[in-house]
Amino acid sequence: MRISCPYCGERELGEFSYLGDASPKRPAVIAADGGVAPDAEDVFYDYVYLRDNVAGEMSEHWYHGGGCRSWLVVRRNTVSHEIKSVEIAAGAGARTGHPNQERANG
Amino acid sequence: MHYSIFSLAREALSGHRGWTRAWRDPAPKKHYDVVVIGGGGHGLATAYFLAKEYRVRNVAVLEKGWIGSGNAGRNTTIIRSNYGLPGNTGFYELSMKLWERMEQDLNYNAMVSQRGIINLYHSDAQRDAFARRGNTMRINGIDAELLDSVQIRKVLPFLNYDNARFPIQGGLLQRRAGTARHDAVVWGYARAADSMGVDIIQNCEVTGFTRDENGRVTGVETSRGTIGAGKVGMAVAGNSSRVAAMAGLRLPLESHVLQAFVSEAIKPLIPGVITFGAGHFYVSQSDKGGLVFGGDLDGYNSYAQRGNMPVMEDVCEGGMAIMPMIGRVRLLRQWGGIMDMSMDGTPIIDRTPVDGLYINAGWCYGGFKATPGSGLVFAHLLARDEPHEEAKLFRLDRFRRGYMIDEKGQGAQPNLH
Repeated sequence: MRISCPYCGERELGEFSYLGDASPKRPAVIAADGGVAPDAEDVFYDYVYLRDNVAGEMSEHWYHGGGCRSWLVVRRNTVSHEIKSVEIAAGAGARTGHPNQERANG
Repeated sequence: MHYSIFSLAREALSGHRGWTRAWRDPAPKKHYDVVVIGGGGHGLATAYFLAKEYRVRNVAVLEKGWIGSGNAGRNTTIIRSNYGLPGNTGFYELSMKLWERMEQDLNYNAMVSQRGIINLYHSDAQRDAFARRGNTMRINGIDAELLDSVQIRKVLPFLNYDNARFPIQGGLLQRRAGTARHDAVVWGYARAADSMGVDIIQNCEVTGFTRDENGRVTGVETSRGTIGAGKVGMAVAGNSSRVAAMAGLRLPLESHVLQAFVSEAIKPLIPGVITFGAGHFYVSQSDKGGLVFGGDLDGYNSYAQRGNMPVMEDVCEGGMAIMPMIGRVRLLRQWGGIMDMSMDGTPIIDRTPVDGLYINAGWCYGGFKATPGSGLVFAHLLARDEPHEEAKLFRLDRFRRGYMIDEKGQGAQPNLH
Protein backbone atom coordinates (compact mmCIF):
# COMPACT_ATOMS: atom_id res chain seq x y z
CA MET A 1 0.00 0.00 0.00
CA ARG A 2 1.30 3.48 -0.91
CA ILE A 3 -0.55 6.66 -0.03
CA SER A 4 -0.49 9.77 -2.24
CA CYS A 5 -0.19 12.64 0.22
CA PRO A 6 -1.63 15.88 -1.28
CA TYR A 7 1.51 17.75 -0.15
CA CYS A 8 4.27 15.16 -0.47
CA GLY A 9 3.19 12.89 -3.32
CA GLU A 10 3.14 9.10 -3.28
CA ARG A 11 4.90 7.77 -0.18
CA GLU A 12 5.36 4.33 1.31
CA LEU A 13 3.08 3.15 4.11
CA GLY A 14 5.74 3.23 6.84
CA GLU A 15 5.62 7.06 6.85
CA PHE A 16 1.99 7.06 7.93
CA SER A 17 0.17 6.07 11.10
CA TYR A 18 -3.44 5.14 11.43
CA LEU A 19 -6.21 6.43 13.63
CA GLY A 20 -9.25 4.66 12.18
CA ASP A 21 -12.72 5.23 10.79
CA ALA A 22 -13.26 8.93 10.01
CA SER A 23 -17.04 8.77 10.21
CA PRO A 24 -17.70 8.81 14.00
CA LYS A 25 -18.08 12.44 15.09
CA ARG A 26 -17.66 13.46 18.70
CA PRO A 27 -21.23 14.01 19.90
CA ALA A 28 -22.42 17.23 21.48
CA VAL A 29 -23.25 16.29 25.07
CA ILE A 30 -24.11 19.73 26.40
CA ALA A 31 -27.84 20.38 26.28
CA ALA A 32 -29.37 23.74 25.31
CA ASP A 33 -29.78 24.68 29.00
CA GLY A 34 -26.07 24.11 29.64
CA GLY A 35 -26.54 20.78 31.43
CA VAL A 36 -25.55 17.32 30.26
CA ALA A 37 -27.78 15.98 27.48
CA PRO A 38 -30.05 13.12 28.68
CA ASP A 39 -28.73 10.72 26.03
CA ALA A 40 -25.07 11.73 26.58
CA GLU A 41 -24.01 8.35 27.97
CA ASP A 42 -25.59 6.43 25.10
CA VAL A 43 -24.20 8.59 22.32
CA PHE A 44 -20.78 8.68 23.91
CA TYR A 45 -20.72 4.89 24.32
CA ASP A 46 -21.64 4.62 20.66
CA TYR A 47 -18.93 7.11 19.64
CA VAL A 48 -16.12 5.60 21.71
CA TYR A 49 -16.78 1.87 21.45
CA LEU A 50 -19.02 0.86 18.54
CA ARG A 51 -17.76 0.59 14.98
CA ASP A 52 -19.30 -0.09 11.59
CA ASN A 53 -16.11 -2.08 10.84
CA VAL A 54 -16.78 -1.65 7.15
CA ALA A 55 -15.88 -4.42 4.70
CA GLY A 56 -15.50 -2.32 1.56
CA GLU A 57 -14.90 1.37 1.01
CA MET A 58 -14.27 3.38 4.13
CA SER A 59 -13.07 6.91 4.96
CA GLU A 60 -10.33 6.88 7.56
CA HIS A 61 -7.87 9.16 9.30
CA TRP A 62 -4.16 8.71 8.58
CA TYR A 63 -1.32 10.88 9.90
CA HIS A 64 1.70 11.60 7.71
CA GLY A 65 4.19 11.66 10.59
CA GLY A 66 7.12 10.73 8.35
CA GLY A 67 6.43 13.63 5.98
CA CYS A 68 4.39 16.82 6.20
CA ARG A 69 2.74 15.83 9.52
CA SER A 70 -0.73 16.47 8.11
CA TRP A 71 -3.84 14.56 9.10
CA LEU A 72 -5.40 13.00 6.02
CA VAL A 73 -8.78 11.52 5.16
CA VAL A 74 -8.12 8.48 2.99
CA ARG A 75 -10.92 6.72 1.14
CA ARG A 76 -9.74 3.11 1.05
CA ASN A 77 -11.23 -0.31 0.36
CA THR A 78 -10.67 -2.58 3.39
CA VAL A 79 -11.11 -5.73 1.29
CA SER A 80 -8.74 -4.89 -1.59
CA HIS A 81 -6.57 -2.17 0.07
CA GLU A 82 -7.24 -0.01 -3.01
CA ILE A 83 -7.08 3.73 -2.26
CA LYS A 84 -9.69 5.90 -4.00
CA SER A 85 -8.88 9.38 -2.70
CA VAL A 86 -6.71 11.27 -0.22
CA GLU A 87 -7.62 14.69 1.17
CA ILE A 88 -6.27 16.97 3.88
CA ALA A 89 -8.41 16.24 6.93
CA ALA A 90 -9.40 19.77 7.93
CA GLY A 91 -10.69 20.60 4.46
CA ALA A 92 -12.46 17.28 4.15
CA GLY A 93 -14.21 17.86 7.47
CA ALA A 94 -15.28 21.38 6.58
CA ARG A 95 -16.87 20.17 3.37
CA THR A 96 -19.02 17.65 5.25
CA GLY A 97 -20.28 20.53 7.36
CA HIS A 98 -19.29 19.07 10.71
CA PRO A 99 -19.85 21.82 13.33
CA ASN A 100 -16.69 21.10 15.38
CA GLN A 101 -14.57 21.24 12.25
CA GLU A 102 -16.11 24.51 11.15
CA ARG A 103 -15.40 25.99 14.55
CA ALA A 104 -11.82 24.82 14.30
CA ASN A 105 -11.45 26.31 10.86
CA GLY A 106 -13.32 29.51 11.63
CA MET B 1 -12.47 -45.66 14.02
CA HIS B 2 -10.24 -45.50 17.10
CA TYR B 3 -6.67 -44.45 16.39
CA SER B 4 -3.97 -46.37 18.24
CA ILE B 5 -0.67 -48.14 17.73
CA PHE B 6 -2.71 -51.27 16.94
CA SER B 7 -4.83 -49.59 14.24
CA LEU B 8 -1.65 -48.17 12.75
CA ALA B 9 0.07 -51.58 12.75
CA ARG B 10 -3.03 -53.25 11.28
CA GLU B 11 -3.25 -50.68 8.49
CA ALA B 12 0.49 -50.82 7.85
CA LEU B 13 0.22 -54.55 7.25
CA SER B 14 -2.81 -54.20 4.96
CA GLY B 15 -1.42 -51.42 2.75
CA HIS B 16 -3.30 -48.55 4.47
CA ARG B 17 -6.48 -49.35 2.53
CA GLY B 18 -8.77 -49.55 5.56
CA TRP B 19 -8.62 -45.97 6.84
CA THR B 20 -12.06 -44.37 6.86
CA ARG B 21 -12.77 -40.65 6.48
CA ALA B 22 -12.42 -38.72 9.71
CA TRP B 23 -15.77 -36.91 9.51
CA ARG B 24 -18.89 -37.16 7.35
CA ASP B 25 -19.98 -34.69 4.68
CA PRO B 26 -23.70 -34.43 5.49
CA ALA B 27 -26.38 -32.39 3.74
CA PRO B 28 -27.87 -29.80 6.11
CA LYS B 29 -31.00 -30.90 8.00
CA LYS B 30 -34.10 -28.66 8.24
CA HIS B 31 -33.55 -27.86 11.90
CA TYR B 32 -30.94 -28.13 14.65
CA ASP B 33 -31.07 -27.40 18.36
CA VAL B 34 -27.91 -25.33 17.98
CA VAL B 35 -26.27 -23.95 14.85
CA VAL B 36 -22.68 -22.75 15.24
CA ILE B 37 -21.53 -20.35 12.52
CA GLY B 38 -17.85 -20.75 11.77
CA GLY B 39 -15.89 -23.98 11.31
CA GLY B 40 -12.64 -22.80 12.83
CA GLY B 41 -11.09 -24.10 16.00
CA HIS B 42 -13.51 -22.23 18.26
CA GLY B 43 -16.67 -23.25 16.39
CA LEU B 44 -15.67 -26.90 16.20
CA ALA B 45 -14.56 -26.97 19.85
CA THR B 46 -17.90 -25.43 20.79
CA ALA B 47 -19.76 -28.19 18.94
CA TYR B 48 -17.54 -30.83 20.52
CA PHE B 49 -18.17 -29.59 24.07
CA LEU B 50 -21.90 -29.15 23.39
CA ALA B 51 -22.07 -32.82 22.46
CA LYS B 52 -19.57 -34.12 25.03
CA GLU B 53 -20.19 -32.09 28.17
CA TYR B 54 -23.72 -30.81 27.70
CA ARG B 55 -25.31 -33.68 25.74
CA VAL B 56 -26.63 -31.34 23.05
CA ARG B 57 -26.02 -33.43 19.95
CA ASN B 58 -28.45 -32.08 17.36
CA VAL B 59 -25.83 -29.50 16.35
CA ALA B 60 -24.50 -28.18 13.04
CA VAL B 61 -21.29 -26.27 12.37
CA LEU B 62 -21.58 -24.10 9.24
CA GLU B 63 -18.39 -23.12 7.45
CA LYS B 64 -18.32 -20.89 4.36
CA GLY B 65 -15.07 -22.43 3.06
CA TRP B 66 -13.38 -25.53 4.40
CA ILE B 67 -12.88 -26.08 8.12
CA GLY B 68 -9.74 -24.45 9.45
CA SER B 69 -9.32 -22.24 6.38
CA GLY B 70 -9.35 -19.02 8.38
CA ASN B 71 -7.34 -18.03 11.42
CA ALA B 72 -7.18 -21.62 12.73
CA GLY B 73 -4.64 -22.32 10.01
CA ARG B 74 -2.92 -18.92 10.05
CA ASN B 75 -1.67 -18.49 13.61
CA THR B 76 1.78 -19.11 15.12
CA THR B 77 0.49 -22.13 17.14
CA ILE B 78 1.50 -20.84 20.59
CA ILE B 79 -0.32 -22.02 23.71
CA ARG B 80 0.18 -20.36 27.11
CA SER B 81 -1.70 -19.06 30.14
CA ASN B 82 0.46 -16.17 31.36
CA TYR B 83 -2.19 -13.46 31.73
CA GLY B 84 -2.36 -10.99 34.57
CA LEU B 85 -5.88 -9.61 34.88
CA PRO B 86 -8.91 -11.17 36.61
CA GLY B 87 -11.08 -12.77 33.93
CA ASN B 88 -8.16 -13.63 31.68
CA THR B 89 -5.96 -15.46 34.21
CA GLY B 90 -8.49 -18.14 35.10
CA PHE B 91 -9.92 -18.50 31.62
CA TYR B 92 -6.59 -19.08 29.88
CA GLU B 93 -5.53 -21.55 32.58
CA LEU B 94 -8.79 -23.45 32.03
CA SER B 95 -7.82 -23.56 28.37
CA MET B 96 -4.26 -24.66 29.21
CA LYS B 97 -5.57 -27.57 31.29
CA LEU B 98 -7.76 -28.65 28.38
CA TRP B 99 -4.73 -28.53 26.04
CA GLU B 100 -2.92 -30.88 28.42
CA ARG B 101 -5.56 -33.61 28.03
CA MET B 102 -6.77 -32.77 24.53
CA GLU B 103 -5.07 -35.59 22.66
CA GLN B 104 -6.43 -38.23 25.04
CA ASP B 105 -9.90 -36.66 24.99
CA LEU B 106 -10.01 -36.45 21.20
CA ASN B 107 -8.01 -39.60 20.38
CA TYR B 108 -6.05 -37.42 17.99
CA ASN B 109 -2.43 -36.36 17.79
CA ALA B 110 -2.49 -32.58 18.01
CA MET B 111 1.29 -32.46 18.61
CA VAL B 112 0.80 -30.54 21.85
CA SER B 113 4.34 -29.78 22.92
CA GLN B 114 4.90 -28.07 26.28
CA ARG B 115 8.27 -26.63 25.44
CA GLY B 116 7.89 -23.51 27.54
CA ILE B 117 7.65 -19.80 26.77
CA ILE B 118 10.16 -17.17 27.86
CA ASN B 119 9.04 -13.53 27.74
CA LEU B 120 12.28 -11.53 27.79
CA TYR B 121 12.57 -8.31 29.80
CA HIS B 122 14.97 -5.51 29.03
CA SER B 123 14.64 -2.94 31.80
CA ASP B 124 14.11 -2.74 35.56
CA ALA B 125 10.56 -1.51 35.07
CA GLN B 126 9.73 -4.39 32.76
CA ARG B 127 11.24 -6.87 35.24
CA ASP B 128 8.97 -5.49 37.96
CA ALA B 129 5.93 -5.77 35.68
CA PHE B 130 6.83 -9.37 34.81
CA ALA B 131 7.45 -10.22 38.48
CA ARG B 132 3.98 -8.94 39.21
CA ARG B 133 2.47 -10.93 36.38
CA GLY B 134 4.36 -14.07 37.48
CA ASN B 135 3.12 -13.62 41.05
CA THR B 136 -0.43 -13.17 39.80
CA MET B 137 -0.09 -16.43 37.91
CA ARG B 138 1.36 -18.29 40.89
CA ILE B 139 -1.32 -17.23 43.36
CA ASN B 140 -3.80 -18.53 40.80
CA GLY B 141 -2.05 -21.91 40.71
CA ILE B 142 -0.29 -21.36 37.37
CA ASP B 143 3.41 -22.10 36.93
CA ALA B 144 5.70 -19.10 36.44
CA GLU B 145 9.39 -18.53 37.10
CA LEU B 146 11.25 -15.24 36.91
CA LEU B 147 14.73 -15.86 35.49
CA ASP B 148 17.70 -13.52 35.42
CA SER B 149 20.04 -13.24 32.45
CA VAL B 150 22.48 -15.84 33.86
CA GLN B 151 19.68 -18.40 34.00
CA ILE B 152 18.40 -17.44 30.53
CA ARG B 153 21.91 -17.79 29.10
CA LYS B 154 21.94 -21.46 30.10
CA VAL B 155 18.87 -22.28 27.99
CA LEU B 156 19.14 -19.66 25.24
CA PRO B 157 22.89 -19.05 24.79
CA PHE B 158 22.47 -17.66 21.28
CA LEU B 159 20.56 -14.48 22.17
CA ASN B 160 22.11 -11.01 21.89
CA TYR B 161 22.39 -10.19 25.61
CA ASP B 162 24.45 -7.05 25.31
CA ASN B 163 22.38 -5.09 22.80
CA ALA B 164 23.20 -1.48 23.68
CA ARG B 165 19.60 -0.27 23.64
CA PHE B 166 17.75 -3.39 24.82
CA PRO B 167 20.07 -5.60 26.89
CA ILE B 168 18.39 -8.85 27.96
CA GLN B 169 18.09 -8.70 31.74
CA GLY B 170 16.06 -11.88 32.14
CA GLY B 171 12.67 -13.36 31.37
CA LEU B 172 9.42 -14.76 32.69
CA LEU B 173 9.21 -18.50 32.03
CA GLN B 174 6.05 -20.60 31.87
CA ARG B 175 7.22 -24.18 31.42
CA ARG B 176 3.77 -25.60 30.68
CA ALA B 177 3.32 -23.29 27.68
CA GLY B 178 4.40 -24.37 24.21
CA THR B 179 2.96 -25.07 20.80
CA ALA B 180 0.38 -27.34 19.13
CA ARG B 181 -0.24 -28.34 15.53
CA HIS B 182 -3.04 -25.95 14.56
CA ASP B 183 -4.52 -27.98 11.68
CA ALA B 184 -4.60 -31.11 13.82
CA VAL B 185 -6.57 -29.24 16.48
CA VAL B 186 -9.23 -28.42 13.90
CA TRP B 187 -9.28 -31.94 12.50
CA GLY B 188 -9.29 -33.52 15.96
CA TYR B 189 -12.29 -31.49 17.13
CA ALA B 190 -14.11 -32.06 13.83
CA ARG B 191 -13.62 -35.81 14.02
CA ALA B 192 -14.60 -36.05 17.68
CA ALA B 193 -17.67 -33.83 17.27
CA ASP B 194 -18.75 -35.70 14.14
CA SER B 195 -18.49 -39.04 15.96
CA MET B 196 -21.08 -37.76 18.47
CA GLY B 197 -23.52 -36.76 15.73
CA VAL B 198 -22.56 -33.14 15.02
CA ASP B 199 -23.06 -32.21 11.35
CA ILE B 200 -20.06 -30.34 9.91
CA ILE B 201 -21.32 -28.53 6.81
CA GLN B 202 -18.63 -26.96 4.65
CA ASN B 203 -19.05 -24.58 1.70
CA CYS B 204 -22.11 -23.21 3.46
CA GLU B 205 -22.03 -19.44 3.86
CA VAL B 206 -24.50 -17.73 6.17
CA THR B 207 -26.23 -14.88 4.30
CA GLY B 208 -28.86 -13.83 6.85
CA PHE B 209 -30.94 -14.69 9.88
CA THR B 210 -34.58 -15.75 10.04
CA ARG B 211 -36.49 -14.08 12.87
CA ASP B 212 -39.94 -14.60 14.39
CA GLU B 213 -42.46 -11.83 15.12
CA ASN B 214 -40.74 -11.08 18.46
CA GLY B 215 -37.41 -10.63 16.72
CA ARG B 216 -35.98 -13.91 18.05
CA VAL B 217 -33.56 -15.66 15.74
CA THR B 218 -35.11 -18.88 14.48
CA GLY B 219 -32.45 -19.95 12.04
CA VAL B 220 -30.04 -18.92 9.35
CA GLU B 221 -30.26 -18.36 5.62
CA THR B 222 -27.31 -19.92 3.87
CA SER B 223 -25.90 -20.58 0.44
CA ARG B 224 -27.28 -24.12 0.96
CA GLY B 225 -30.78 -23.08 1.97
CA THR B 226 -32.55 -22.03 5.16
CA ILE B 227 -31.62 -23.94 8.29
CA GLY B 228 -33.75 -23.68 11.42
CA ALA B 229 -32.10 -23.40 14.82
CA GLY B 230 -33.16 -23.27 18.45
CA LYS B 231 -30.09 -21.15 19.13
CA VAL B 232 -27.38 -19.71 16.91
CA GLY B 233 -23.82 -19.17 18.11
CA MET B 234 -21.38 -17.19 16.03
CA ALA B 235 -17.63 -17.91 16.20
CA VAL B 236 -16.43 -16.13 13.08
CA ALA B 237 -13.43 -14.11 14.31
CA GLY B 238 -12.57 -11.33 11.81
CA ASN B 239 -16.00 -11.54 10.18
CA SER B 240 -17.92 -10.98 13.45
CA SER B 241 -19.07 -7.47 12.56
CA ARG B 242 -20.35 -8.63 9.15
CA VAL B 243 -22.34 -11.52 10.58
CA ALA B 244 -23.67 -9.43 13.48
CA ALA B 245 -24.75 -6.72 11.01
CA MET B 246 -27.10 -9.28 9.41
CA ALA B 247 -28.93 -9.28 12.75
CA GLY B 248 -28.81 -5.48 12.99
CA LEU B 249 -26.03 -5.35 15.60
CA ARG B 250 -22.98 -3.08 15.78
CA LEU B 251 -20.11 -4.49 17.79
CA PRO B 252 -17.19 -2.99 19.74
CA LEU B 253 -14.80 -4.58 17.26
CA GLU B 254 -12.49 -3.67 14.40
CA SER B 255 -11.04 -6.18 11.93
CA HIS B 256 -7.29 -5.91 11.45
CA VAL B 257 -4.73 -7.92 9.54
CA LEU B 258 -1.97 -9.73 11.42
CA GLN B 259 0.91 -11.25 9.49
CA ALA B 260 2.85 -14.39 10.33
CA PHE B 261 6.06 -15.73 8.85
CA VAL B 262 8.03 -18.92 8.46
CA SER B 263 11.68 -19.24 7.49
CA GLU B 264 13.39 -21.99 5.57
CA ALA B 265 14.06 -25.07 7.69
CA ILE B 266 17.21 -25.01 9.79
CA LYS B 267 18.68 -27.43 12.34
CA PRO B 268 17.10 -27.47 15.83
CA LEU B 269 17.86 -24.09 17.39
CA ILE B 270 15.03 -22.69 19.48
CA PRO B 271 13.91 -24.93 22.35
CA GLY B 272 10.58 -23.27 23.12
CA VAL B 273 8.80 -19.99 22.47
CA ILE B 274 10.72 -16.72 22.89
CA THR B 275 9.24 -13.23 22.90
CA PHE B 276 11.17 -9.96 22.60
CA GLY B 277 9.96 -7.52 25.24
CA ALA B 278 11.38 -4.31 23.82
CA GLY B 279 9.82 -4.62 20.39
CA HIS B 280 7.15 -7.07 19.36
CA PHE B 281 8.51 -10.36 18.10
CA TYR B 282 7.67 -13.94 19.06
CA VAL B 283 9.26 -17.06 17.63
CA SER B 284 9.23 -20.82 17.91
CA GLN B 285 10.65 -23.54 15.69
CA SER B 286 8.40 -26.04 13.98
CA ASP B 287 9.16 -29.76 13.90
CA LYS B 288 10.06 -29.33 10.23
CA GLY B 289 12.74 -26.83 11.25
CA GLY B 290 11.24 -23.54 10.09
CA LEU B 291 11.27 -20.56 12.42
CA VAL B 292 7.64 -19.55 12.91
CA PHE B 293 7.34 -15.94 13.99
CA GLY B 294 5.24 -12.82 14.08
CA GLY B 295 4.87 -9.37 15.61
CA ASP B 296 2.49 -6.45 15.51
CA LEU B 297 -0.70 -5.92 13.57
CA ASP B 298 -0.35 -3.95 10.35
CA GLY B 299 -2.44 -1.38 12.18
CA TYR B 300 -5.19 -0.47 9.72
CA ASN B 301 -8.66 -1.99 9.26
CA SER B 302 -8.51 -4.84 6.79
CA TYR B 303 -10.40 -7.87 5.56
CA ALA B 304 -7.73 -8.72 2.98
CA GLN B 305 -5.82 -11.60 4.65
CA ARG B 306 -2.56 -10.11 3.46
CA GLY B 307 -0.33 -7.42 4.87
CA ASN B 308 2.25 -4.89 3.78
CA MET B 309 6.01 -4.43 3.83
CA PRO B 310 6.58 -2.00 6.75
CA VAL B 311 5.38 -4.55 9.30
CA MET B 312 7.38 -7.35 7.67
CA GLU B 313 10.44 -5.18 8.04
CA ASP B 314 9.59 -4.26 11.62
CA VAL B 315 9.05 -7.89 12.64
CA CYS B 316 12.30 -9.01 11.04
CA GLU B 317 14.14 -6.15 12.77
CA GLY B 318 12.73 -7.38 16.07
CA GLY B 319 14.09 -10.86 15.32
CA MET B 320 17.49 -9.48 14.37
CA ALA B 321 17.63 -7.47 17.60
CA ILE B 322 17.58 -10.58 19.80
CA MET B 323 19.00 -13.18 17.38
CA PRO B 324 21.41 -11.46 14.95
CA MET B 325 22.49 -14.85 13.58
CA ILE B 326 19.18 -15.34 11.76
CA GLY B 327 20.08 -12.53 9.36
CA ARG B 328 21.07 -14.89 6.58
CA VAL B 329 18.13 -17.27 7.01
CA ARG B 330 15.72 -16.84 4.14
CA LEU B 331 12.05 -16.10 4.64
CA LEU B 332 10.03 -18.94 3.16
CA ARG B 333 6.42 -17.80 3.45
CA GLN B 334 4.38 -14.95 4.84
CA TRP B 335 0.60 -14.63 5.19
CA GLY B 336 -2.12 -12.65 6.94
CA GLY B 337 -5.20 -13.39 8.99
CA ILE B 338 -8.07 -11.14 10.00
CA MET B 339 -8.26 -10.44 13.72
CA ASP B 340 -11.41 -9.44 15.57
CA MET B 341 -9.80 -6.69 17.67
CA SER B 342 -11.99 -5.69 20.61
CA MET B 343 -11.94 -2.31 22.31
CA ASP B 344 -10.03 -3.59 25.37
CA GLY B 345 -8.07 -6.47 23.85
CA THR B 346 -10.19 -9.10 25.60
CA PRO B 347 -12.76 -11.50 24.12
CA ILE B 348 -16.54 -11.31 24.24
CA ILE B 349 -18.54 -14.45 25.02
CA ASP B 350 -22.12 -13.54 25.74
CA ARG B 351 -25.74 -13.43 24.73
CA THR B 352 -26.54 -10.60 22.34
CA PRO B 353 -29.46 -8.14 22.47
CA VAL B 354 -31.06 -10.37 19.79
CA ASP B 355 -32.82 -13.35 21.38
CA GLY B 356 -31.44 -16.68 20.28
CA LEU B 357 -28.15 -15.24 18.97
CA TYR B 358 -24.93 -15.74 20.96
CA ILE B 359 -21.53 -14.25 20.27
CA ASN B 360 -18.00 -15.56 20.67
CA ALA B 361 -15.64 -12.89 19.30
CA GLY B 362 -12.98 -10.30 20.06
CA TRP B 363 -10.08 -12.72 20.33
CA CYS B 364 -7.66 -10.15 18.99
CA TYR B 365 -4.56 -12.10 18.16
CA GLY B 366 -4.79 -14.51 21.07
CA GLY B 367 -7.42 -16.85 19.75
CA PHE B 368 -5.46 -20.02 19.11
CA LYS B 369 -4.36 -20.69 22.69
CA ALA B 370 -7.96 -20.12 23.77
CA THR B 371 -9.44 -22.72 21.41
CA PRO B 372 -10.41 -25.47 23.90
CA GLY B 373 -11.41 -23.06 26.67
CA SER B 374 -13.45 -20.95 24.27
CA GLY B 375 -15.26 -24.05 23.04
CA LEU B 376 -16.09 -25.19 26.57
CA VAL B 377 -17.37 -21.85 27.89
CA PHE B 378 -19.32 -21.03 24.72
CA ALA B 379 -20.92 -24.47 24.79
CA HIS B 380 -21.83 -23.84 28.44
CA LEU B 381 -23.46 -20.52 27.51
CA LEU B 382 -25.38 -22.05 24.59
CA ALA B 383 -26.54 -25.08 26.59
CA ARG B 384 -27.37 -23.42 29.92
CA ASP B 385 -28.10 -19.83 28.89
CA GLU B 386 -25.79 -18.58 31.62
CA PRO B 387 -22.07 -17.76 31.46
CA HIS B 388 -19.46 -20.29 32.51
CA GLU B 389 -17.74 -19.42 35.81
CA GLU B 390 -14.45 -18.65 34.01
CA ALA B 391 -16.06 -16.48 31.31
CA LYS B 392 -18.51 -14.41 33.30
CA LEU B 393 -16.47 -11.22 32.86
CA PHE B 394 -16.33 -11.49 29.04
CA ARG B 395 -19.60 -9.60 28.73
CA LEU B 396 -20.68 -7.70 25.63
CA ASP B 397 -22.00 -4.79 27.71
CA ARG B 398 -18.82 -4.34 29.78
CA PHE B 399 -17.78 -1.34 27.68
CA ARG B 400 -20.96 0.51 28.47
CA ARG B 401 -20.76 -0.41 32.15
CA GLY B 402 -17.08 0.43 32.49
CA TYR B 403 -15.77 -3.08 33.25
CA MET B 404 -13.09 -3.31 30.58
CA ILE B 405 -10.37 -5.97 30.87
CA ASP B 406 -7.52 -4.07 29.27
CA GLU B 407 -4.39 -6.21 29.71
CA LYS B 408 -2.24 -3.75 27.79
CA GLY B 409 -3.85 -0.55 29.08
CA GLN B 410 -4.35 1.00 25.65
CA GLY B 411 -7.97 2.09 25.85
CA ALA B 412 -10.46 1.97 22.97
CA GLN B 413 -7.84 1.90 20.20
CA PRO B 414 -7.99 -1.65 18.84
CA ASN B 415 -4.89 -1.47 16.62
CA LEU B 416 -2.76 -0.95 19.74
CA HIS B 417 -3.89 -4.01 21.71
